[in-house]
Amino acid sequence: MSESAREKMEFDVLIVGGGPSGLSAAIRLKQLAPSAQICLIEKASEIGAHIVSGAVLEPTALKELFSDWNSRGAPLETPVKKERIMYLLNDRKSIQIPIIDWMMPNMVNEGNYIISLGDFCRWLASEAEALGVEIYPGFAGSDLIIEDNQVMGVLIGDMGLDKDGKPGSNFTPGMELRAKYTIFSEGCRGSLSKKLISHYNLRKKSDPQTYGIGIKELWEIPSDLHFPGYMQHSFGWPLDDNTYGGSWLYHFGKNLVSFGFVLGLDYANPWLSPFGETQRVKMHPALKKHFKGGRRIAYGARALSEGGFQSIPKLSFPGGVLVGDAAGFLNMPKIKGTHTAMKSGMVAAEAIAEALNSAQIEPVNYQKRMQQSWVWEELYSVRNIRPSFAKFGAKLATVYTGIDSMLRGKVPWTFHHRQGDNTKLDPADMSQPVCYPKPDNKLTFDRESSVYLANIDHRDDQPIHLKLKNEAIWKTVNWDVFKSPESRYCPAAVYEVVNADVEPTLQINSQNCVHCKTCDIKDPTQNINWETPEGGSGPNYPGGM
Amino acid sequence: MTALVLLSYEENQIRSTSRSTIAAAKKFGEVHALLVGHNLSELSQKAAKLEGVTKVLVADHEAYAHMLAQPVTDLILSIAETYDYILVSANAEGKDILPRVAGLLDVQPITDVVEVVNENTFVRPIYAGSILATVKSSDNKKLLSIRGTAFEPVSDEGGQASIEALSKVAHSEKALAQFVSVEVTKSDRPELESARVIISGGRGMQSGANFAMLEKIADILDAAIGASRAAVDAGYVGNDYQVGQTGKIVAPQLYIAVGISGAIQHLAGMKDSKIIVAINKDPDAPIFKVADYGIIGDLFEILPQLENRLANR
Amino acid sequence: MKVLVPVKRVVDSNIKPLVKSDNSGVETDGLKMSMNPFDETAVEEAVRLKEQNIVSEIVAVSIGEAKCQDTLRTAMAMGAYRSILITSDELLEPLSIAKILQKIVEKEQPNLVLMGKQASDDDTNATGQILAGLLGWSQGTFVSKLELTSDKARVHREIDEGVQILDLTLPAVITTDLRLNEPRFASLPNIMKARKKPIETIALSDMDIKTTTRLEMLSVKEASTSREGIILNSVEELVEKLQNEAKVI
Ligand SMILES: Cc1cc2nc3c(=O)[nH]c(=O)nc-3n(C[C@H](O)[C@H](O)[C@H](O)COP(=O)(O)OP(=O)(O)OC[C@H]3O[C@@H](n4cnc5c(N)ncnc54)[C@H](O)[C@@H]3O)c2cc1C
Ligand SMILES: Cc1cc2nc3c(=O)[nH]c(=O)nc-3n(C[C@H](O)[C@H](O)[C@H](O)COP(=O)(O)OP(=O)(O)OC[C@H]3O[C@@H](n4cnc5c(N)ncnc54)[C@H](O)[C@@H]3O)c2cc1C
Ligand code: SF4
Repeated sequence: MSESAREKMEFDVLIVGGGPSGLSAAIRLKQLAPSAQICLIEKASEIGAHIVSGAVLEPTALKELFSDWNSRGAPLETPVKKERIMYLLNDRKSIQIPIIDWMMPNMVNEGNYIISLGDFCRWLASEAEALGVEIYPGFAGSDLIIEDNQVMGVLIGDMGLDKDGKPGSNFTPGMELRAKYTIFSEGCRGSLSKKLISHYNLRKKSDPQTYGIGIKELWEIPSDLHFPGYMQHSFGWPLDDNTYGGSWLYHFGKNLVSFGFVLGLDYANPWLSPFGETQRVKMHPALKKHFKGGRRIAYGARALSEGGFQSIPKLSFPGGVLVGDAAGFLNMPKIKGTHTAMKSGMVAAEAIAEALNSAQIEPVNYQKRMQQSWVWEELYSVRNIRPSFAKFGAKLATVYTGIDSMLRGKVPWTFHHRQGDNTKLDPADMSQPVCYPKPDNKLTFDRESSVYLANIDHRDDQPIHLKLKNEAIWKTVNWDVFKSPESRYCPAAVYEVVNADVEPTLQINSQNCVHCKTCDIKDPTQNINWETPEGGSGPNYPGGM
Repeated sequence: MTALVLLSYEENQIRSTSRSTIAAAKKFGEVHALLVGHNLSELSQKAAKLEGVTKVLVADHEAYAHMLAQPVTDLILSIAETYDYILVSANAEGKDILPRVAGLLDVQPITDVVEVVNENTFVRPIYAGSILATVKSSDNKKLLSIRGTAFEPVSDEGGQASIEALSKVAHSEKALAQFVSVEVTKSDRPELESARVIISGGRGMQSGANFAMLEKIADILDAAIGASRAAVDAGYVGNDYQVGQTGKIVAPQLYIAVGISGAIQHLAGMKDSKIIVAINKDPDAPIFKVADYGIIGDLFEILPQLENRLANR
Repeated sequence: MKVLVPVKRVVDSNIKPLVKSDNSGVETDGLKMSMNPFDETAVEEAVRLKEQNIVSEIVAVSIGEAKCQDTLRTAMAMGAYRSILITSDELLEPLSIAKILQKIVEKEQPNLVLMGKQASDDDTNATGQILAGLLGWSQGTFVSKLELTSDKARVHREIDEGVQILDLTLPAVITTDLRLNEPRFASLPNIMKARKKPIETIALSDMDIKTTTRLEMLSVKEASTSREGIILNSVEELVEKLQNEAKVI
């Protein structure tokens, strides 16, 4: 359809993505400029339905957003009571690492809450709507509208196209959403944020972003084994010393346990399967007992930004800003990005509220204000910890972390991320294949039955949203060199090699996709491009997730 | 206690689902069968032979020719008083009529019953069959529709019911609906949703052409052909063959899964089948966990043998 | 012609609800709720008839907790003109729902009630038929094609042996099969407009209808999938078992 034929709508501020950063921005904007017209779109079928997080919330930003958050019914029911860190020596033994406050300030969780971030977002959305923000779940920002080098808004995609891109019987054309300023709060590896970063060369002065993948399972366990407020992290086994990652396990809510595994996407062995590691680690005695008599009720996965301070891109451009994990404000040693995401959204809102009254095209004050905020200081102080793991391996890095943390990062050096995660794979024939245990369907599972618990809704007959830029490269690189790593790292079994013995071809089951963005990050030649499917497609993570 | 069963028939044959309904009704006491329609003499003879039926009530009138909801409801209402239970088969006909009767008797009908726990407690599926609910009725009269696949049908022989013609034709003066026509779907193959036997192929079939092997067996068994999503995605067969969560939900008497691994999304569409047969070369394939009978081996060897054996049975 | 379209708020059909750990019921807390897909088909059909100028007014009605507003908004974003919400926190059975709808029909005097043939949560498939009975109206159930004129509705019904065609005298209750149509996506501007369309709210307690529950849910359980199967060594054995043990061929 020609561009002029599209319907258009205009707002003062458009927000793309309804996670903690986007919703906090919306709320702050309405607090500062009550008459401004604010529109927020979210690709999930409802707010919270695409959110995957731990999540332990540090309530700093929340307190700044609503000093009376407590009386507003924020779903922060489980304060952290007890926490453990374990180093798993092998598949049976573990040692508990004492948590010493002054040595490990990043690991102290007193005053924090174990929450469902999805539910928290649903609550934020209800607060935002009460303030007059217009929230539209089920609509994905599919492309940028850039005119005269200024972002004018986004396109929401056509709905009801068939596989070949032709309009079906219930075809609904997409439309233009235009705004004076657009806030991109798409979270980690946002598809439009990615375009913006390249279009405006926002990474000119920063390191490449590095990432991790988090795979999460929500369990319901018997109440007599449930200790709300208990949290534990593990590192070590089953990963080798050169692979960054570990598990989390939080007891919260009504007999719920949030369990998951984070794996640095700078891993080298193409045979590795993040899903397999997630299943395997549960078999360790230090974890296994927490699942006794329980049942798994939800499953999901999501990438997270690990680059930290060094990888923060330029934050504004003509017509808009990047906030939250789309900009990479995650504190990796803490594995927390919600408080920083919220804060960045709020700061962006403050800068934009100011700019709305001026004729400013680029809200440049956002960058300055961020640099003066506690987010900057916090991320600066931990800047060397994650890269030290890549540099020294897990054991030595743990020691380094101790020293660096004691000094609160006040060291004269900064370790850099030289290259993107996609460059880190070793060839398959030089790597050790990994053998994962067979699922027992009680504690450990296969990917199909896991994806089942993500409640995916993806209309079958729609154009495929995962594309290979160059189809030939798959055979020569992905297969010949790495033996199809995507068929292992994708947590939803989207990529399958068929006919492996005779004429290997890649089968893309795009309907399984849980929108974690790992393939967009880790594909060796960045040949896989993730785009938003039809609005409302994808997982439907339930409450508690 | 006496139960009334509305019989469902097709071309002078009482449907087996009605015989299952009688089986369920027998749990409550004496069973009377109600035969409604036009030109029923042959059918009433057959009805009288149904095992477990003591009386057949026959309402033979052209107003009933097409089992339209309104006249049949009026008829049932005219005799409902003497019955503690009124049962129909949970098919299109039964589901059309029963609730209308129930509403006028001020009773909450209980549909799709798959188990009779006791005289007032029943099991029925909810949420597209993924959950079974046990419900207890406090209504004086119980109105039930019965899932045929859940009850072993009574025999169509051995009964000696008396036949009683219902003289009073209780349809209102003015019919609210006029029958126009029936288009009977006559295809060479039964439809997936209504087939008694289904044979489905998965990615193990390797090509669309190989589905011919399934067709031959389907011809012998008068079976419908189904497929897994992987087979559909690979282009072996069309979309409308897909069985599963995002395809058709089926519950035939016999489901034969060939070269299908048994992913949960596939199981969601066929797990209620009465008998499941799996043919797969991988002994660890999850399909074997839901199968009543399994054969481990290469489908390309097994299918021709199966065809042969069935043809020469 | 005026059409009344009852719509039910249910757990989204893409979500597999879980049985509560004590088996007392189905856990629906925190799950995404949507319009019953069968009702969506009914709304779509009504809107198409409106677009063909056969129908002049579409009124959506929903019964349940205040959140059913969202479902009505969806109906209005698809094209319903206005809505009625009957609020109640009770769990209502089809019989009670039909009694409530009967009152609404008496008040609104539509020529046609177009509704889903069943709800995707309780799968009862009864409300439309009960309503037709209570009103003494004609009924066309499981309809996969509808041709409407001013005094008559020709319906194609999905029945066991194929398709049955009936002519219904209006007023009538028609229940829809999913094959009837493919519902549209509500567009963003229409969702926006729907937020401003009127919803009339009536408390069930003000309606003088007896809604005592007749069916008590004693327990629920997950329908089991696994079976105690046996592995056979030959095709001969299989055919023998199918014939003589399972008796399915
Ligand atoms: C496994 C894991 C564990 C974590 N644990 C913790 C923890 O314990 N504590 C903590 O504080 N933080 C934790 N984090 C980090 C935290 O979840 C993120 O930092 C935070 O969610 C970032 O918020 P955001 O708003 O920037 O992005 P997100 O939360 O990712 O939200 C982005 C939203 O935008 C939507 N969206 C994206 N693209 C589009 C588009 N084009 N159009 C429309 N909508 C779009 C997405 O669907 C999503 O809803 C964890 C993260 C992961 C992955
Ligand atoms: C949201 C969602 C919805 C889905 N909906 C559906 C659905 O509706 N229906 C559906 O089917 N799937 C659905 N799926 C896909 C499902 O997860 C599986 O991927 C699919 O069912 C696999 O199909 P398959 O068993 O044919 O293929 P595979 O899993 O590839 O299995 C092939 C099987 O054939 C066997 N085999 C191979 N060669 C031979 C031989 N020569 N002899 C004997 N055996 C052989 C193999 O051992 C293997 O077990 C859905 C997935 C998602 C995420
Ligand atoms: S296809 Fe890519 S984005 Fe989707 S689940 Fe797999 S890795 Fe994640």
